[in-house]
Amino acid sequence: MNDPILSLDKVHTHIGQHHILQGISLNMKAKGGATILLGRNGAGKSTTLRTIMGLTPASTGRINFKGKAIENKKTHEIARMGMGFVPEDRAVLFNLTVEENFRLSMIEENEKTHENLNEVLELFPALKKFWKTKAGLLSGGQRQMLAIARVFVCDHALLLIDEPSKGLAPIVVDQLGESLLRIKDKTKVILVEQNFNLARQVGSDCFILDDGQVVFHGLIQDLALDKTMMKNYLGI
Amino acid sequence: MTTQTIAFNTDRKLMKTGLNRIIGIGLFLLPLIWMDLTTYLTLTIAGISLGMLIFLIASGLTLIFGLLDVLNLAHGAFFAFGAYAGYTVLNFFNSLGWIETASLSSSLFYLVAALCAAAGVGALLGIVTEKLVIKKVYGDHLMQLLVTVGVSFVIVEILKIIWGVNDEVVPVPMGFQDSFILYGVFIEYFRIITIILGVGVFAVLQFFLKKTKIGIIVRAGVENREIVKTTGYNISRIFTLIFAAGAGLAAIGGTMMAIFNQSVDPGMGDQFLIFALIVVIIGGMGSVTGSFIGAIIVGLSFNYVAFLVPKMALGVNFMIMAIILLIRPKGLFGKD
Repeated sequence: MNDPILSLDKVHTHIGQHHILQGISLNMKAKGGATILLGRNGAGKSTTLRTIMGLTPASTGRINFKGKAIENKKTHEIARMGMGFVPEDRAVLFNLTVEENFRLSMIEENEKTHENLNEVLELFPALKKFWKTKAGLLSGGQRQMLAIARVFVCDHALLLIDEPSKGLAPIVVDQLGESLLRIKDKTKVILVEQNFNLARQVGSDCFILDDGQVVFHGLIQDLALDKTMMKNYLGI
Repeated sequence: MTTQTIAFNTDRKLMKTGLNRIIGIGLFLLPLIWMDLTTYLTLTIAGISLGMLIFLIASGLTLIFGLLDVLNLAHGAFFAFGAYAGYTVLNFFNSLGWIETASLSSSLFYLVAALCAAAGVGALLGIVTEKLVIKKVYGDHLMQLLVTVGVSFVIVEILKIIWGVNDEVVPVPMGFQDSFILYGVFIEYFRIITIILGVGVFAVLQFFLKKTKIGIIVRAGVENREIVKTTGYNISRIFTLIFAAGAGLAAIGGTMMAIFNQSVDPGMGDQFLIFALIVVIIGGMGSVTGSFIGAIIVGLSFNYVAFLVPKMALGVNFMIMAIILLIRPKGLFGKD
């Protein structure tokens, strides 16, 4: 149970000629909860998630998920192993209805996924109202809710969520925080977040990335008390 | 967005759609000014039939061009290969002496056999082309144009090696050469079969894209491949299947056109590729409904104008395309 669900060992990632991740090593335990990735813009947070998911493959280093090496696997194979991903922008399909977005998420449509869907719709009741509406017609907050909700209909062992609060009104961010709190009770979450208040509300442990390297790992409450670290790496 | 705003937008859309329909019906009836009703109905049935033939090739192009965003200039070659595959099957039945004496039901059987062979050969050709060539040039339109022109040359040369460079006469099953008269209008059975096939393909495509899971995956993959991959679907395999389906539809269109024209020749794909491109542009990229309506518009206008001003028959389609693009730059059913 205490084996890491995900581990990165000296992972380097290049995008073109740019060396983005410069030897990142992380370990995340299998139990629920949310791990937060913090850092300035361009620190490598989103690239870390994309590298884990196989969208921007690692140049060198090892990535293990549920005890299996995944650094050479294709994205859809990693997803089928139980990893869900909510990307930063356009995480929903605008030309599909809310219903179709959910159907797409169900790799297998069975009793369990329909049960999950009902639970998700209780968690996000607004989505039920717009069931037959195209996602492109939803508001920014509703789209973000849909983006998170749609990955939740399948039983994932790990969810990677990239900046869900970006561009949302404060009241919507509060609702989002409540939803994430409920989600992390069931599923291990790795959350990339610039909004430190939301990160502190949802997360327990955190990593700070800077220039593609891990510069801090510890409890988010301890980080909040470390004014120097907060100012140097997060600009708060 | 609130429910009220969505309802208001829906009302406006319905009013606009109603006005468009009235204009469409008016244009549809316009040729009656210059001809009598019997001629008009004869030309209309022939025009819809021609439209359905064009739709068969355009629907494949809609899948490949509109959904996969691949500029496939080899589509005409798939069409020609399908025409020759169908011709070979019909020729085989003819060599047994079955074509000349075929009833309508046995004619249908020979047609289905020819269409199956064409679809199979077309799909296989599509899979090979996608895996060997297209896979490497997704997202690069210039390279797609260059390589698919190359593929087209190769396929046409293969056609010439197998079947020769000359035109071949296609044996048409006897059952399709019959006709009947309805309210004074002379109707050939083959035209009705063409219309039924076109409408059938349209219905199947609509059902496939809108109601099935794989249709949802395809539409999602067109919009955002990353989301589809991160959800757990092998998008490459799905795109190969869509390309194969598009090529198969072109091949089916080829066989139907071969029977319609009663001949095949290695260069026949080029002429109909132009029609298909006009239809896809008129209808809007990626819209099967757009292609269906566009094909009917092209088929009808071609027939009416060919009767009234024969020299303008092809030109009128370019004019219609230009007018529609001026009013709706993304085509009739293109997404803004």
